[in-house]
Amino acid sequence: MRSPQRALISLEGTKSEITGPVFGHNMLNEFDNDLIQNYARAGESPIGQRILVHGRVLDERGRGVAGALVEFWQANAGGRYRHKKETYLAALDPNFGGVGRTVTDEDGYYWFKTIKPGPYPWPNGVNDWRPAHIHFSVFGHGFAQRLITQMYFEGDPLIWICPIVKTIPDEEAIKRLIAPLDLNATIPMDMRAYKFDIVLRGRRSTMFDNRKEGN
Amino acid sequence: MVQPLGYLKESPSQTAGPYVHIGCTPNFTGIEGVFEKDLGSGPLYNERTRGERITIRGRVIDGSGTPLKDALVEIWQADADGLYNSPSETRGKADPDFAGWGRCPADMETGEYVFETVKPGRVPFRDGRLMAPHITFWIVARGINIGLHTRMYFADEAEANAADPVLARIEHRVRVPTLIADREGDTYTFDIHLQGENETVFFDI
Repeated sequence: MRSPQRALISLEGTKSEITGPVFGHNMLNEFDNDLIQNYARAGESPIGQRILVHGRVLDERGRGVAGALVEFWQANAGGRYRHKKETYLAALDPNFGGVGRTVTDEDGYYWFKTIKPGPYPWPNGVNDWRPAHIHFSVFGHGFAQRLITQMYFEGDPLIWICPIVKTIPDEEAIKRLIAPLDLNATIPMDMRAYKFDIVLRGRRSTMFDNRKEGN
Repeated sequence: MVQPLGYLKESPSQTAGPYVHIGCTPNFTGIEGVFEKDLGSGPLYNERTRGERITIRGRVIDGSGTPLKDALVEIWQADADGLYNSPSETRGKADPDFAGWGRCPADMETGEYVFETVKPGRVPFRDGRLMAPHITFWIVARGINIGLHTRMYFADEAEANAADPVLARIEHRVRVPTLIADREGDTYTFDIHLQGENETVFFDI
């Protein structure tokens, strides 16, 4: 019902596609990338596994994309989203909102602190469960790079039976959405870490106008 | 064997899901106090912005004719002089009072989206010919696995539309009107059909 049935029409990038909005670091508040603090009441914190999620936003040549706005949202530790239309019986956490954002630094690096989300059931098949995941929305430098995707966690057995994951036909591509546990980046006695790099589509430079397949 | 080219593959897209509002428009879904206001909400212009004020409204409609009540629509457009407010804009400096980007969640009851903006000027195609005034749309929602790009053109720009190099690329001419918004007063209506007889043209850009 929601998939176009006709082929997309290919269009080489014009100014309308290779330009895009830019958001400065000055739009950010102190705790925008700390979901443990940005909704919590004074002196309290959300319940769940404390984690740091970090990585780089890269272009297809492996260069960091600086100044990229990264927005993220997720359910709480029990798999419950704070949303008007959510009806799952797992409880809301009064100290967890589930939304954050950040802007990459000059190397394309970003990080945020949060609670590891729980899996949750959804009305698709009669017993479908989403793997634990965090949604990401990313702006590159051009509007053609606009991307929304989901990050999954290493070792989660639900990943390989999820119909949304399986909309990606290539197993290697699915693996690029699975964040490994990163012991090097953990904060001892505080939080574990997961590393998640995001690759945006290439910016086809005008130098190669004669190469229609891109750079 | 030859050397590997070594380019990284783009991260695969996944659906934005039904709760995209939590991350992109948290105040809209009742998560208040984290961000002052939802990014991209409200008019795209202020009192100093150059250009003609217009309103764009419409719905994103599925294959059964039902409006989506959980879609998120973003627009990206040039200023009244046809310049983009972006570091990748090389032709001049865009109106500093016009960022050119907006974001609107569909109304949870009616499915309607609304943007208050200015009518964009003309922007050149890659070969220098001027494109007709247009606004780039990007649509995500539950059930859409990869964001859909399309363009809105203006019904009162018939002459420019007829010469537009992108519209000219559409082989099936009966599909061109799916990209053209009708005008009534200061308001353009642009319904986006995901499927069916009037399926909107979407681009691989």
